[in-house]
Amino acid sequence: MSLLAEMNQKALNLGLPISVHLDITYRCNERCVHCYLDHDDHGEMTTAEIMDVLEQLADVGVFFLSLSGGEVLMRRDFFEIVERARKLLFNVKVKTNGVMIREKEAARLRQLGVEQIQISVYSHRPEVHDAITKLPGSLKRTLRAIRFLKSQGLKVTIANVLMAGNFSDQPGVIALAKELGVFYTLDPTITPKMDGDTSILTLRIPGSELKQVFHNQELVGNVEEFCAPPPAPGEDVMEGFPCSAGHTACYISPYGDVFPCVQFPLPSGNVRRQKFLDIWNHSAQLKEVRSIRAKDLPTCSTCAHVGTCTRCPGLAYMEGNMRGPSTADCEKSFQRTGIPSANMLKRTRTGSSGPLIQIQALASEVPPIPFSLEESRLTA
Amino acid sequence: MAEKYISRSSAIAARLLGGEMMVMSATDSTFFTLNEVATAIWQAADGRTPLSEIVAGKICQEFDVNREQAQRGADRFVDELSQHGILLVSDQPVMETDSSFSPESR
Repeated sequence: MSLLAEMNQKALNLGLPISVHLDITYRCNERCVHCYLDHDDHGEMTTAEIMDVLEQLADVGVFFLSLSGGEVLMRRDFFEIVERARKLLFNVKVKTNGVMIREKEAARLRQLGVEQIQISVYSHRPEVHDAITKLPGSLKRTLRAIRFLKSQGLKVTIANVLMAGNFSDQPGVIALAKELGVFYTLDPTITPKMDGDTSILTLRIPGSELKQVFHNQELVGNVEEFCAPPPAPGEDVMEGFPCSAGHTACYISPYGDVFPCVQFPLPSGNVRRQKFLDIWNHSAQLKEVRSIRAKDLPTCSTCAHVGTCTRCPGLAYMEGNMRGPSTADCEKSFQRTGIPSANMLKRTRTGSSGPLIQIQALASEVPPIPFSLEESRLTA
Repeated sequence: MAEKYISRSSAIAARLLGGEMMVMSATDSTFFTLNEVATAIWQAADGRTPLSEIVAGKICQEFDVNREQAQRGADRFVDELSQHGILLVSDQPVMETDSSFSPESR
């Protein structure tokens, strides 16, 4: 077990949060076609309120702090917030589109000791990237920012969200990342809007393209291992919990709302009305999330993929039941291994319609599970 | 032997978790965890107190260890962390270097 994994386990044992994702604004200078946010300002936390939240998070032991949005630089007090966060010795990661970062901003981020900057790039071609962001010239400005950040010696990661409209450009983005000397990560997940609107899910890449991603050695490493059938789940798997959401991590919105995760819009308290620690320790919603073990999931506990699936409880919640399957992750498990999930088989049997109807003609029996697989990350 | 004065770099992230200090370098993302003794030295690294005084006045008082042994361990610890740029070592007391950014240890 790595040192970081040990500390995560320790935080879990102590019931402490170690990571917080804080969106400081939902305002943005881009209008990405797949974005799940409402960009109007409905009353963001003030500078003083955010400073108070940072103090509280440091006091309870939070180490990893992701500052995101919206576009973080839309806040005039962005650097003030980062400076305070770094004085409190958080490990700070900033997610941005980079459009407003020039030499001066890059130098300040370096001076403040920000550990990592993640920047969204959708294509190496301006016409594709800019059509997604709806901001003419955005790719040029984003790439300029990356060069400024790199020249400061900062660790930069290009985050490449894959959609039907930019899937074919993914090798071009990898080549671009190599040319710029930055890390690359891809994300094939499009989530519903925070108000539950699912219209943007039509942008998701189809299963056949997901399969290409999972079988691409450059992205996943050892394809045979990555795509191997799942091992039979042991007791530890059935007693395990799905992810760190609400256990060692949580999300705070610009309005002070606390959720288990940015992808899990279950309101669990508000730091404008309660102390963060009270929410963390006493929120009925967080307690419920923490109580769920794999064995408690009615469909997923019977699934061959239960031990290896990337099932997101937040996406399941958005589908109507935090204990239910997340169909996007069913699809991932299926495209990775070729083995349908229990949920897919159930839908096939009941003939229910839905986004997974396309797999009805495929294998209907779960084959034997010959060997184990360790989940890999989709990074290159 | 010249006295050592130690201070914490500002290019680090750090947090105390269950008695152990987690430290990560923002420069190269190296991650360390410090045990209780190392954590005590870390917390006392104010740039003004000589390392020998930290050992004698804090480590030997709070932990069951003799001075010679504690000094050797402290020297090794300081050498290692200074190689990663996490602790800064000087033979003179260190003044505040950057008024706009001085980290607070918790």
